[in-house]
Amino acid sequence: MTAKHIGLNMKNATSLGFYVFLVPIILWLGLLIVIPQIELLIMSLRFENDDEIMVWSFENYKEFFNNDIYWLTFLRTAMYAIFVTFLTFIITFPIAFYITKIVNKRYSAFLIILLLLPFWVSELVRVYGWTIILRESGVINYFLQGMGLTTSGIELLYNDASMIMGLVYTSMLFMVVPLISSLEGMDDSYIEAAHDLGASKLTIFFKIVIPYSASGIVSGSIVVFMLTLGNYLTPNLMGGKNSLWFTEQIYNEFIASLNWNQGAAFGFLLLALSSFIIWLGLKLTKQNLSKALS
Amino acid sequence: MIRTLPNSKAYSIGFKLYVLAFFIFLFAPLMVTSVLAFNDSNFPSLPWNGFTLDWFISDTEERLGILKDTQNLLSMWVSAQTAFFVSIFSLIIGTLAAFLFERENFRYKQFLFFLALTPLVIPGVILGISLLLSVNSTGLFLEDNFTLDLEILRPSFWLVVLGQFAFITTFVLLVVSARLKKFDNSLEEAALNLGATKFQSIRYIIIPFLKPALIGAGAVAFLMSFENFNTTLFLIGSDTTLPVNLYLQVRDGSTPVINAISFLLIMGTSILAILNLIFSKKSA
Repeated sequence: MTAKHIGLNMKNATSLGFYVFLVPIILWLGLLIVIPQIELLIMSLRFENDDEIMVWSFENYKEFFNNDIYWLTFLRTAMYAIFVTFLTFIITFPIAFYITKIVNKRYSAFLIILLLLPFWVSELVRVYGWTIILRESGVINYFLQGMGLTTSGIELLYNDASMIMGLVYTSMLFMVVPLISSLEGMDDSYIEAAHDLGASKLTIFFKIVIPYSASGIVSGSIVVFMLTLGNYLTPNLMGGKNSLWFTEQIYNEFIASLNWNQGAAFGFLLLALSSFIIWLGLKLTKQNLSKALS
Repeated sequence: MIRTLPNSKAYSIGFKLYVLAFFIFLFAPLMVTSVLAFNDSNFPSLPWNGFTLDWFISDTEERLGILKDTQNLLSMWVSAQTAFFVSIFSLIIGTLAAFLFERENFRYKQFLFFLALTPLVIPGVILGISLLLSVNSTGLFLEDNFTLDLEILRPSFWLVVLGQFAFITTFVLLVVSARLKKFDNSLEEAALNLGATKFQSIRYIIIPFLKPALIGAGAVAFLMSFENFNTTLFLIGSDTTLPVNLYLQVRDGSTPVINAISFLLIMGTSILAILNLIFSKKSA
């Protein structure tokens, strides 16, 4: 689809001004988004054969499926990303509910500011903060030793649990903001009516609150899942030797092995997975991308 | 259950304790990092040995404070320049896009809008490597066929700007669109009826109306660019940005100078965040 093509089908906006708007947008999306993704696919299908000639081949994908460590890492990353998304929802939902429905309205604006503030700070700084809290010579171990609970210091960092905690911490903002905005739009009288009619808290929660905030839950989950799947810093700095994240594998192919074609195949698989999960999430909840994101 | 209904004491207190625990969890890493920036110790850890400003201003080999640390200062400067250009470019294109999608009708508009949103759901790592691959292929092609060698087609400062611009523009588009949706078209019609040109109506009516959104989007764009790691990592040339530089230092063992830098970043971003809040409050 080119600019010219669109222009030919224009009826009410044939002015020069229209193209001033359209052309930069087409250039932005075409050159920086669409073509690079196509190039990623092409590169992943190119393979250097034994005669050192580049040929079309599925070899890079075969390598992925034949080598356990690759597809196991892929599967693990996907599973953990889903788990992190779920955990982030469980942890932040009560906060969103408290701020919008329980706390005195005078304080809710202040609490929202307080909630957003840490997320303006770079992810690297926040992850670094956790490393100096959790590691063997870290703050928690200092207090544990002070209380005589341990003498040598326990390594709390570099395992799956610390990695998941870090990922949840990094993602919380992207869940809590859509939750707050969907709960803010909810009329309290629904809950009051249900309560007056004798509904229990659980019933109110599952029959009214959750369905009403579904749109917020979906958009929050999509963004959190995508960011977790594509995260590199947190798994790299907080995860252990055995908790390899799939992005680290991509990085290794690109920077360490310099096998860009293999890296492109991994990249394309990651892109396909994240697109598929997002598509599935939207389908299951009958939403579309533009609604979920804006 | 909610503020207008009677709640049991256990429910209220339990909820308050949870919220308190959550906020402690939220601020713990920032607090610890900031406090340890002032600890008189060669490691970012307890015990507390007394207050010092060494990690900001000292100039000895053992303790190189951030204000004397040319390598880190340089990377800060690179990040600031990157963020400056990214926010300018993405503000311009994002605003143009918002006008296009909110105020024009054309065929394939829905499709184009969908494309414009995709940068938000493509992982940053993928944006980085895919751009790296395509500029590399283009570079090789130009070199082989025209013996052209363009710097922008290799990992470099401007490639980082392009890579970040690619997805930050979508954020600007969403913020400006949201504001533009609230615009009352009769204001513009009145201006046009009174003889203003199309350009004048944009310049004197619509842009002032959009100003708070533009400032907000600009601040967010600046920060997102300044802090970006995932996309930048693959596109970076010899000009290392601050997040990449910090990452390399954290990975290879940490000194309190990282705490000092973090402290400055926390202060800087808080000020920017609060300013942004004040501006957006005024517009509401």
